[in-house]
Amino acid sequence: MEPSLASYLALSGILFAIGATGVIFKRNAIGMFMCIELMLNAVNLTFVAFSRYYGDVTGQLFVFMVMSVAAAEEAVGLGIIIAFFRNRMSVDVDDASILKN
Amino acid sequence: MATTVLFFIFAGLAIGCALSTVYHRNPLYGAVSLVGVFVSLSCIYVTLAAPFIAAVQILIYAGAIMVLVIFVIMLLNLDEEKPYRRLNYLYALGGFLGIVLLAQTFFVFVAVNKTPKKTIVNPDETVGKTLSIGANMYTEYLLPVEIVGVLLLMAIIGGVILVRRLSQPELKLVVDNELELRNEADEKDDYRIAL
Repeated sequence: MEPSLASYLALSGILFAIGATGVIFKRNAIGMFMCIELMLNAVNLTFVAFSRYYGDVTGQLFVFMVMSVAAAEEAVGLGIIIAFFRNRMSVDVDDASILKN
Repeated sequence: MATTVLFFIFAGLAIGCALSTVYHRNPLYGAVSLVGVFVSLSCIYVTLAAPFIAAVQILIYAGAIMVLVIFVIMLLNLDEEKPYRRLNYLYALGGFLGIVLLAQTFFVFVAVNKTPKKTIVNPDETVGKTLSIGANMYTEYLLPVEIVGVLLLMAIIGGVILVRRLSQPELKLVVDNELELRNEADEKDDYRIAL
């Protein structure tokens, strides 16, 4: 007896909500980055659940693309964080306020 | 029955590790908790008959992305976050957003449970075999795969350019150096012949 599709969607929604609140509350750039990865994984779970429940392989292929995009974004994002750290010795995003005023 | 029990075990693990990722101020504890989230999600993919995606999830997320994140944390020697010093209403707004998202999740759960068709179409057949995913990737979905290749190339180039220091000299082509050396050698030979 399988859990219904709604259970997988609910788990995905809860993980996405936790990730979204984490992005807002965290001040560390690496911490925000990890919460973004959490949101992407929640969406991957939605795709795989729909792929299973409708018998279509398209969902799993899109999960593959999402993972590739996440890896590419992670490489460039960590490069930006390192470049940011070189200049000011801190990854606190509250310090990134040069454009203000 | 077994699938339901397994789903609840792994779902509980995933939610617990996700809360731990958001809660900890030390980024290293958050990174290790995130690895726990990835592993429990991979187990859920196995119960959803997607073995290829489960393996690729461990390979890419837990094996490459989190290793790089931990490299960066160790390289930059990041400390814990200091206590919060932002305006209070921003935290209230963030909490409100979280509550709104959870309410939407609950609404989706109730709405999808009321739809008539909610069981698996073919329970005995799995569409997630590596063979079928590979066949689809190179016949029907060839264009996205090629675009992802170009995207990864862009990421490599971007990564190299971002960490380049501006005081580095530009690379001189070996060909230009060789031409200069040959021109100097030719001038020396003419001088000796003239003598």
